[in-house]
Amino acid sequence: MRTKPGLLQTQAFRIVLVYVLLFAFSVTALLFFTYWNTRRTLDDQTDQIIEAEITGLREEYQHFGLPGLVETVRARTLHQGQALYMLSDNKHHVLAGNLAFWPQVSEMGSVVEFDYERPVDGKLEARRARGRVLLVPGDFMLLVSQDVHDRYLTERMFTTTLPWTVLLILLLGTAGGALIGRNMLRRLDAINRTSGEIIAGDLTRRVPLAGSGDEFDALAENLNRMLDRIERLMKGMREVTDSVAHDLRTPLNRLRNRLEESVARLNASGAQAGEIERAIAETDQLIATFNALLLIAETDAGTTRAAMSPLDLGEVAADVTELYEPLADEKKISLTLLPGPPAGVEANRSLVAQALANLVDNAIKYTPAGGQVRIATAVSDESMDLSVSDTGPGIPLADRPRVTERFVRLEASRNSPGSGLGLSLVAAVAHYHGAELVLEDNAPTGLKAVLRFPKSAMRALPGAPLKSAAE
Amino acid sequence: MRILVIEDDLEAQRYLVQGLKESGHVVDDAGDGETGLSLALSRPYDVPSVDRMLPKLDGLKLVAGMREHGNSTPVLFLSALSEVDDRVKGLKAGGDDYLTKPYAFVELLARVDALMRRRSPVGVKTRLDVGDLELDLLSRAAKRSGTDIELQPREFRLLEYLMRHAGQVVTRTMLLESVWEYHFDPQTNVIDVHISRLRAKIDKGFEVPLLHTVRGAGYMIRAH
Repeated sequence: MRTKPGLLQTQAFRIVLVYVLLFAFSVTALLFFTYWNTRRTLDDQTDQIIEAEITGLREEYQHFGLPGLVETVRARTLHQGQALYMLSDNKHHVLAGNLAFWPQVSEMGSVVEFDYERPVDGKLEARRARGRVLLVPGDFMLLVSQDVHDRYLTERMFTTTLPWTVLLILLLGTAGGALIGRNMLRRLDAINRTSGEIIAGDLTRRVPLAGSGDEFDALAENLNRMLDRIERLMKGMREVTDSVAHDLRTPLNRLRNRLEESVARLNASGAQAGEIERAIAETDQLIATFNALLLIAETDAGTTRAAMSPLDLGEVAADVTELYEPLADEKKISLTLLPGPPAGVEANRSLVAQALANLVDNAIKYTPAGGQVRIATAVSDESMDLSVSDTGPGIPLADRPRVTERFVRLEASRNSPGSGLGLSLVAAVAHYHGAELVLEDNAPTGLKAVLRFPKSAMRALPGAPLKSAAE
Repeated sequence: MRILVIEDDLEAQRYLVQGLKESGHVVDDAGDGETGLSLALSRPYDVPSVDRMLPKLDGLKLVAGMREHGNSTPVLFLSALSEVDDRVKGLKAGGDDYLTKPYAFVELLARVDALMRRRSPVGVKTRLDVGDLELDLLSRAAKRSGTDIELQPREFRLLEYLMRHAGQVVTRTMLLESVWEYHFDPQTNVIDVHISRLRAKIDKGFEVPLLHTVRGAGYMIRAH
């Protein structure tokens, strides 16, 4: 099973994060547009008022000259309002107006904004205004403007609060994303955990439903339906293997019984008895092949429920070495177990021993006298290996994928005894354990067969190996 | 010894009953699980041999039923079902030994004998004797006619098992299961080589051999 993804790695969190960024960007853009539009409208209005004032003042000037202008400005500034005026000569000598002094306005003619001060409740207050400075013939200057301090304040508020607003959106969005991501993660976790248990062999497990009828529930329901079907198929498979086993073993049993009976009746001596004994031996070979085939079928399909428990590969290696040592010795082959670290895996003891025995059996069979067969265990970060290397002829690279197929026997081994099922069984046992049978070249000569267990099969070993009490 | 054969395949039943009778046992038979269970509960048997798949009452349930009634007679399962998990199931359900069909009759007989031997406990033995061969289970020492015999630990266990079943046929599968505690089919007869090594240690140089090969069956240690 793959490792659990962290919150930041979840798709949900990433999607929400991208969405939040987009959202923050859109909100900022929208606010800027509104701000810009509002300000323009307000400025236009102000400018129109100013233009209207100027038009009025110009008419006064045309009719009554400078004194008329001064009179009008004085009249208009009697009451403090939005309108601000200033009329002076070129020495800044004020003729009329409601500003304390000339503001810093450099440009003539066009609309400018400037700061000015005016008393509010006895104190001077800095405010903002917008207006135009016009030249009046005779070297006089006229400032016509409007107080826009309210607009200015709104603008200031907007520019100072905008970054905080965006920040808040980002924070809330990220928190929301994390929340949604965690929720999704929890749901997916349930599915992943169940899948893991099913891979580990418990086909009765089902993905729990939240009951909300959402897409996760739909997914879980579909997965569960799929599992129901797989379970049904597996059960069917098991029933088929069981009945094949039963229906073939029963007549084979009768056959063997009858042959045994005949031998007994023939007094176990004559040539006929010998014939029948050979027939019994043939029957036994047939039974052995049938058993091996059935075991391969069962382990390969995973229909068997071979009990799994933490197992030390080193212990099995030692047992099998000990079991085969006299046989190797008889063939003048040195069979050695290379010392290795404890290698705990979740496995079926009998099946792993059978697989290793098959590998050792093959190695001894094909290694010439004086050769060496080595059994070793190795533990790395990725896997745990149980290997058998020999100094025999090896298997040509091209033939390697083929040798684990059922009944495949290489030309070189046609004449040695064997059913052609040995390596198939090893491969099936490997498959059953989620392991892999790797065939490699052994340096300098021979074959190295490796049963490679994945890291996920790694198990801590109990303090003492469990063994049934010897009889 | 009294043996109950519960087997629905009549041909196999006939053969078993006949074979066991010829080997000197008293045999009853039953053709289905229900009859089998009532027989097993009503009469004292030494070993019932129970087929795994039976009409009316499955072999597993039959044995579970016996155990529920406090009947602890050792049971030998005979099964035509596939091996790996069924064996475990059978032993878990209360079976004492398990044999897959097709079996050699000698194998069945050897296992029945072994089960019966188990039934009559002889107390804790610290010494085993067969003829002039002695095995001291405490000091882990073997002697024949007073001469020490050097044994490897596994050879010691092999000899111990054979001597505990002295006078009985012990098959290769039984040895692999009991001495090595593995249940699988070694393609070559590795057990034979172990036996010949052991034989070289205990019989070589002595006039009377103790360790005998029983043709088509297995091995037996006996004093003659």
